[in-house]
Amino acid sequence: MAYVAVKGGERAIDAAHAWLAEARRGDAAQPELSLEQIEQQLGLAVDRVMAEGACYDRGLAALAVKQARGDLIEAAFLLRAYRTTLPRFGASLPMDTGAMRIRRRISATYKDLPGGQVLGPTFDYTHRLLDFALAAGGTPPPAPMAAPEGEATPRVTGILAQEGLMAPEAKSDAEPPDLTREPLSFPADRPLRLQALARGDEGFLLAMGYSTQRGYGNAHPFVGEIRMGEVAVEIAPPELGFPIEIGEITVTECQMVNQFAGSKTEPPQFTRGYGLVFGHGERKAMAMSLVDRALRAKELGEEVDAPAQSEEFVLYHCDNIEATGFVEHLKLPHYVDFQSELEKVREMRATVFREAAE
Amino acid sequence: MSTMRSAEGGAPLGGEHRSRESHGPTATRSAEGGAAPGGEHRSRESHGPTAMRSAEGGAALGGEQRSRASDGPTTIEAGYNFGYLDENTKRMIRRALLKAVAIPGHQVPFGSREMPLPYGWGTGGIQVTASVIGPQDRLKVIDQGADDTTNAVSIRRFFAKVAGVATTEHTAEATIIQTRHRIPEVKLREGQILVYQVPMPEPLFRLEPRVSETKRMHALADYGLMHVKLYEDIARHGHIAISYNYPVMVGGRYLMSPSPIPAFDNPKMHRMPALQLFGAGREKRIYAVPPYTSVHSLDFEDHPFQPIRANAACALCGARDSYLDEVVTDDQGGRMFVCSDTDYCNTRQGSREAAE
Repeated sequence: MAYVAVKGGERAIDAAHAWLAEARRGDAAQPELSLEQIEQQLGLAVDRVMAEGACYDRGLAALAVKQARGDLIEAAFLLRAYRTTLPRFGASLPMDTGAMRIRRRISATYKDLPGGQVLGPTFDYTHRLLDFALAAGGTPPPAPMAAPEGEATPRVTGILAQEGLMAPEAKSDAEPPDLTREPLSFPADRPLRLQALARGDEGFLLAMGYSTQRGYGNAHPFVGEIRMGEVAVEIAPPELGFPIEIGEITVTECQMVNQFAGSKTEPPQFTRGYGLVFGHGERKAMAMSLVDRALRAKELGEEVDAPAQSEEFVLYHCDNIEATGFVEHLKLPHYVDFQSELEKVREMRATVFREAAE
Repeated sequence: MSTMRSAEGGAPLGGEHRSRESHGPTATRSAEGGAAPGGEHRSRESHGPTAMRSAEGGAALGGEQRSRASDGPTTIEAGYNFGYLDENTKRMIRRALLKAVAIPGHQVPFGSREMPLPYGWGTGGIQVTASVIGPQDRLKVIDQGADDTTNAVSIRRFFAKVAGVATTEHTAEATIIQTRHRIPEVKLREGQILVYQVPMPEPLFRLEPRVSETKRMHALADYGLMHVKLYEDIARHGHIAISYNYPVMVGGRYLMSPSPIPAFDNPKMHRMPALQLFGAGREKRIYAVPPYTSVHSLDFEDHPFQPIRANAACALCGARDSYLDEVVTDDQGGRMFVCSDTDYCNTRQGSREAAE
């Protein structure tokens, strides 16, 4: 009877897992996806999973995408759960994105600038017409190549800073906080906020960033620069005493330039919103830089009244692994508490009806 | 059911302590005395699960390599430390637990780790259990009071996989009981640990969502907001309209969420001989109620606290003192009530049959 049906057993779980495996594979007559195919042909999905999974490993991220049947939040969760078992060796030296080997670099604030505008592999100017030729498959002709210009590509914020127009960031050699080791606490300083945002959900950051453009938070943003490419990661092991390069990662960086009217201590100038994301993740890097700037409202003496300006609101809710877990836990049985609610509502109804009868 | 340990397997899992201090090879005892080429030595890094036991009590193998092997019910997952968490993480959590025990009811932030189960599924409770469990422990896991609910099965399997500990469904036999939403009906005793899974550790969160603000309120013991809420309930409904997750005052000092247990269970927390530990993984906080600590459900002199239960007897064991689940039997309004605590109910049914 029903009583038995609502209680799950081990056999039910095993059977569900077996069904999941079968559903994941789909029609066995179709060739199975390889991790290489996912990594190569669904590269932006892999990038997003690395970013939100907070673990830079394309192969593992591709495996996670496959295991999660393309559910990218589930895939990020798989990667996080793996990441958490890895030892933490230390912090890298600050990456120099100014020395990036650039695949894409655009600025909206200057028509042209040293290093030039490099569109790179972008959807930006494609017409969003379903390409039926793609359905048939085939290899595209090779893209034309130009020789690198060899010119340095200074960051736009640096160009503004030369004129004193860009508020300088406080320098610090302190090891940044790590919210995977210490729980969030408030007020959260900027390195901690940026770490949380870098791991945060793209959709959430997009909506929060968008809200600042629509009047919830007083934003006047310009894309100073977006750049995407490869950057070296260096560490300085204490036993060596000098930095060594341990590898190269692909990142997307966005520097959002915002007007700042000045305060009692600061002259009018531009301030920075910063976004940095693993892989090619332009939408998220931009949204992150908008939210980062919004979260600086308090330190810049601006009014704090919009959701995107509230540290607690943004940082506690940007992590999609936490969010999806807690939202989805509602499908676990809650019948014990619901029974209490049933009795309570019956009691309250009885009181109402009794009083009405009197 | 849920035989993490098979009867043939006999002997409890070999491992003496697998701590950094005792790197020695781990003896694996088997009932049949099979060979145990068990412990390769464990390095500090890998703390690998040492003994894997076969159901026949035969060979046990030391797992060193990080592989996703064997799903068998009696083997420990290869490549993971005893209890899943690494020893440094356990130490960090134990420090938080000690602080929590020292300040009953006070929420201690801790570096909650991402677990292979989702947030909201008991990651806090699992981390607490993983930090206090030893090879000699006997673990019981319940959800909604029942041992056989899917999530309880899943968590019990997790610990069987990563710790290989003995499990039980009998409250009295368990040394650690991890629970979601209930306190067992049988009185717990000294030496037992009750680990609660906590979704929202902050009792004031519905009244004040800002953690920075609730922290201040706890520091000042400023709980007026909650008293006003309860007063408003009485003014509006004639009684307090909270039926579960009913706020309690611990040791006369800290307002605490008892986790979403029914208010019926609240009185069991008061001066309980067992240690009560609370883990909130997503919110990254731990708190505790040491043995024999006073736990008082908030109320007013003229409106004393009233636990709620369905006014019926269990249809299976006849209990009138236990918390009951309402089971809908048809679409004609038919329903029956049965004990939510499956072990309590089964034990009563067993002793009734024995008496007959």
